[in-house]
Amino acid sequence: MAEAARRQEGAAALLAAHPAPAGEAGWAREAREAARARLLAMGVPAPRDEYWRFTDPAGLIRPSPQDAALLTPDEKPVFGDFDRLQLVFVDGVFSPELSDPPEMTGLVIQRLDEVLATDIHWARDLFGQLESRGQEPVARPFAALNTACAATGVVIRATGPTPKPVSLRYLHRSTSSDALIRHLVRVDPGASLTLMESGPAAARLNLCMEVEIGAGGRLDHVRAQGRDHERQAITHAFVRLGQGSVYKSFTLTMNGRLTRNEQLVELTGPGASAHVAGACVGDGDFHHDDTVLVIHDAPGCESRQVFKKVLRNGATGVFQGKILVRPDAQNTDGYQLSQGLMLDEDSQFLAKPELEIHADDVKCSHGSTVGGVDETALFYLTSRGIARNEAENLLILAFLDEPLAEIADERYAEDLRTRLQRWLARRR
Amino acid sequence: MTALDKATPTDALAREGVDQETVDAVRSVGARYKYGWHTEIETDYAPKGLNEEIIRLISARKEEPEWMLEWRLQAYRRWLTMKEPTWAMIKHPPIDFQDQYYYAQPKSFRKKPKSLDEVDPELLRTYEKLGIPLREQMILAGVEGAGEAPAEGRRVAVDAVFDSVSVGTTFREELARAGVIFCSISEALRDHPDLVRKYLGSVVPPTDNFYATLNSAVFSDGSFVYVPPGVRCPMELSTYFRINAENTGQFERTLIIADKGAYVSYLEGCTAPMRDTNQLHAAVVELVALEDAEIKYSTVQNWYPGDEEGRGGIYNFVTKRADCRGARSRVMWTQVETGSAITWKYPSCILRGEGSQGEFYSIAITNNCQQADTGTKMIHLGRNTRSRIVSKGISAGRAQNTYRGLVSIHPRAAGSRNHTQCDSLLIGDRCGAHTVPYIECRNNSSRVEHEATTSKVDEDQLFYCRSRGLDAEEAVALVVNGFCKEVLQALPMEFAVEAQKLVAISLEGSVG
Repeated sequence: MAEAARRQEGAAALLAAHPAPAGEAGWAREAREAARARLLAMGVPAPRDEYWRFTDPAGLIRPSPQDAALLTPDEKPVFGDFDRLQLVFVDGVFSPELSDPPEMTGLVIQRLDEVLATDIHWARDLFGQLESRGQEPVARPFAALNTACAATGVVIRATGPTPKPVSLRYLHRSTSSDALIRHLVRVDPGASLTLMESGPAAARLNLCMEVEIGAGGRLDHVRAQGRDHERQAITHAFVRLGQGSVYKSFTLTMNGRLTRNEQLVELTGPGASAHVAGACVGDGDFHHDDTVLVIHDAPGCESRQVFKKVLRNGATGVFQGKILVRPDAQNTDGYQLSQGLMLDEDSQFLAKPELEIHADDVKCSHGSTVGGVDETALFYLTSRGIARNEAENLLILAFLDEPLAEIADERYAEDLRTRLQRWLARRR
Repeated sequence: MTALDKATPTDALAREGVDQETVDAVRSVGARYKYGWHTEIETDYAPKGLNEEIIRLISARKEEPEWMLEWRLQAYRRWLTMKEPTWAMIKHPPIDFQDQYYYAQPKSFRKKPKSLDEVDPELLRTYEKLGIPLREQMILAGVEGAGEAPAEGRRVAVDAVFDSVSVGTTFREELARAGVIFCSISEALRDHPDLVRKYLGSVVPPTDNFYATLNSAVFSDGSFVYVPPGVRCPMELSTYFRINAENTGQFERTLIIADKGAYVSYLEGCTAPMRDTNQLHAAVVELVALEDAEIKYSTVQNWYPGDEEGRGGIYNFVTKRADCRGARSRVMWTQVETGSAITWKYPSCILRGEGSQGEFYSIAITNNCQQADTGTKMIHLGRNTRSRIVSKGISAGRAQNTYRGLVSIHPRAAGSRNHTQCDSLLIGDRCGAHTVPYIECRNNSSRVEHEATTSKVDEDQLFYCRSRGLDAEEAVALVVNGFCKEVLQALPMEFAVEAQKLVAISLEGSVG
C-alpha cells in the first residue's frame, strides 16, 4: 500500500540522515540493529494516526530540521544558583571542557559512547530494552530512531545517597543543529538522585532517557526546556519502578515551536509511587504536547499526573494521558489532572485523558477542564486595587502552582516560579 | 446470571420487609433473560447474502420510489469500499456479512394488513407477551400486567417492528388530529416522500461510517415522526423492536423531525430470542430539531446478551445523531444499555443553533462476556451552546465497558459550556472499565469540565445493606441503582420502572 510505503520511506530517510556510530561492542550493535528494524517496520507517523491526532509530526519527520534562531539569554541559567554537578551538551554534543569533572560520592557517571564500546556493562540490560517494551500498545518511532542512532549522552548509576544534584545543561549554538541525545539512568536499591535538565539543546532535539529505579530507590527529575522560540523537541522518558521506589518528575516548558514530551512510567513493584507533572506557557506559534502513559503492574502503587497549560495568541496545548491498571494491580490509587487556561480567543486546548482499568479494587479518577481566566476572581482582585494585568498574572501563577508544588525541593520550584513571573512580565 | 439460576428466586417467599409485590416483580423479571423465547411464525426471507439484487428486492418489497433505490445502491457501492472500524475496545470474530438474511417478514405480511384487526393474532400475542400494548387502551406502560390499570394511566403510541417490517402503529388518528405524523418509515416513504427526502441522510449521511452506510443500503423498517410547528405531541411515542428470525440482521432507520417550537418524547425498546449464534443489528437514528424544538429520546436496550460463556447475543452497531439546527433547540438522549453481546453506540448532538442544548444520560451495564463501547459526541458549533454528559458504566463478570466521548468546541462557539461526568463501577476482579474522552476547546470564552472516577462497589455500603437484612445480590442491586440514580431520573416514568428492574437483573450472578 502506498501509505505503508510512505511511512517506511520516511523512516529510511531519517535513518539515512543520522548514521549510527561505529566501533561499538556487539551487544550495543545488536540493540541498534533491532531498533533500526523496529523503526523500519513501524514507519514514521502520519497526521491521521490516532496517537498523533492533535500534533502534526511533519517537523519531526523531515530528515533535516527547520532552522531555529538563537535566543540570547537575558537571565542567569536555570538552576544556576545551586550547588550541582553540571554536564554540558552543545547542540547535542557532550562538552568535557564546559562540564564539571564527573565525580561524586554515591554516583558513577560515564559517557554513552564509552559505555557502548565496552564489552561487559550493566547498561546492556537497559539500553533499548525499556524503549522496545514501550512500543506497545502504541508505536513510538522517534524513540526507536533514538536507540538506533543517538551517539551522545550519559550513563548514570546512583549507588547510594548523592550529596548534590546532577544537572544536564543543553546549549543551543547552531541555528540548524539536529541533536539526538540518549541517557541511561539506574538508581540502585535504596539509592537516590536528583537529575536536572535545562536548555533548548538544538534547533531540533530528540532526547530519550531510560530509567530503572530499584527497590526503595528514588529519582527526582526536574526539567526546564529552553525558551528559544523556533526550536522543536521530542523527548521520551521510559521509567521502570521497583518495589517501594519513588519517581517524581516535573517539566517546565516556555516557548518552542513544537514540544512533545512522552513519558511511559511502569510501576512494577508493590508500593511504588510515581508523580509526573508539567507546566507550560506558550504564546503564538507554540505547540506543546504531553503524552503520558502510567502502567500499574503491581498492587498497592500510587500515581499522580498534574499538567497545566497557559495558552495565548493561537498557541496549542495538548494532553494525552492514560492510566492503565493491569489485572493484578489491586489497591491502585491513580489520579490525573489536565487543565488549560486560555488567555484569548485564538488558542486551543486538546485533551484525551484516558483510563483503562482491569482490576476492581482501585481508586482512579481524572479531571480535565479548560476555560478562560475566572472573571469573578479578576473582579475581586481589581476591586482590591490590583491592576488588571497584575491580577491576571497572579491568577496564572496560582493556576500553575499545583504542578510546581510537585517538585520536592522548594528551592528549585522557587527558581522556576521566578522564571514564569519574568515570562509573564515580558508579555505585558 | 448463573448464581441466581441455582439459588432461584422463583420460589422466593414474601418475608418481613419484602412484600409479595416485590417477590412477584422479581419473579416476573426472571432469573434468566426473560425475552429469550421466539415466536413460531412463518417467515419469508430474502435470499441470504448481500448484493445489489437483494437491495433491489428490499426496495421493491417496500414499493419504494426510484430515488430511494438509487440512494440505497449508492450507499451499497460506497460500503463495498469501506473497512470495518477497529478502534473500539471490543473483540469479536470477523462478521461474515454474506452469511445473513437482510430481509425477513412474517408470511402473513405478504399482503399488508390494513389495520391492527387484520394482523396475524400470533404476532399480536408476541407483543402481548412482551408487555407491549398494541391495543389502544389506557395503560400504565412499563409496569407489567398493568393493562387493567385504572384509566388515569398515561398513554403511549406504539410502532412495533418485527424483524424487517412494522407490524402496526397505534393511536395514529388521534396523533393525526394534532398534526403529528407517526408511522413506519416505509409508510412515510409512500405517504410523505417529500419530507423523507428532505431529511433522510441529512444528519447521518449515507457515507458516514461503515455500519451507517450498510444501514443506508439495506435498512428495512423503523419509525418516522414529524411534529409540526408549535405542536406539543399529545402522548409519548414509542417503538418496540423485536428480532425473531434466525440469522437475520435488523437494520432499522428512525427519523424524527421536530419543527419550530415542537416537542416530542420518544421511547425505544428492543429484545431478541436466545440463540447460539450472533445476530447483527445496525441501526441509524436521525433527529432534527428546528428552532425552539425539543426532542427527548430514551432507549432501553435489552437485546439478548449471550450466555455466561459469551455464546450468542446481538452485535449492536448503532449510529445515532441529533442535529440541533434551530436556535434554542434541545435534544436529550437517555439510554439504558443492559443487553447485547457487543454495544457500539455513540448518540451525538450537533449543536448548530445558537443557544441550543444537548444532553446525554447513559447507564451501560455489562456482565458475563458482554462488551460495551459507548458514549457520546457533543459538537458545539453555535454560540452559547450547552451540553451535559452523565455516563455510568457498570462492569461485572468478565465484561469490558468503555466510555468513549468527544466534546468539541469550535472557535465560533463562543460562550459555550460543557460538563461531563463519567463514573465506572467494577464488580469482580476479571472485568474492565475504561474511559476514553476527547476534549477539544478552541476558544477561551467557553468552559469545559470533565471528571471521571472508577472504583469498586463500596464495601461499607454493602455491609450496611447486609446488616439491614438484604442479601448480597439485593445489596449490590440497591447500591448500583443508587449509583445510576441521576440517569434513571432522566427517564420517562414508563421506562424508569422497567430500567430499575433491568439494572438489578443484569447484574445477577455477579456477586458471591
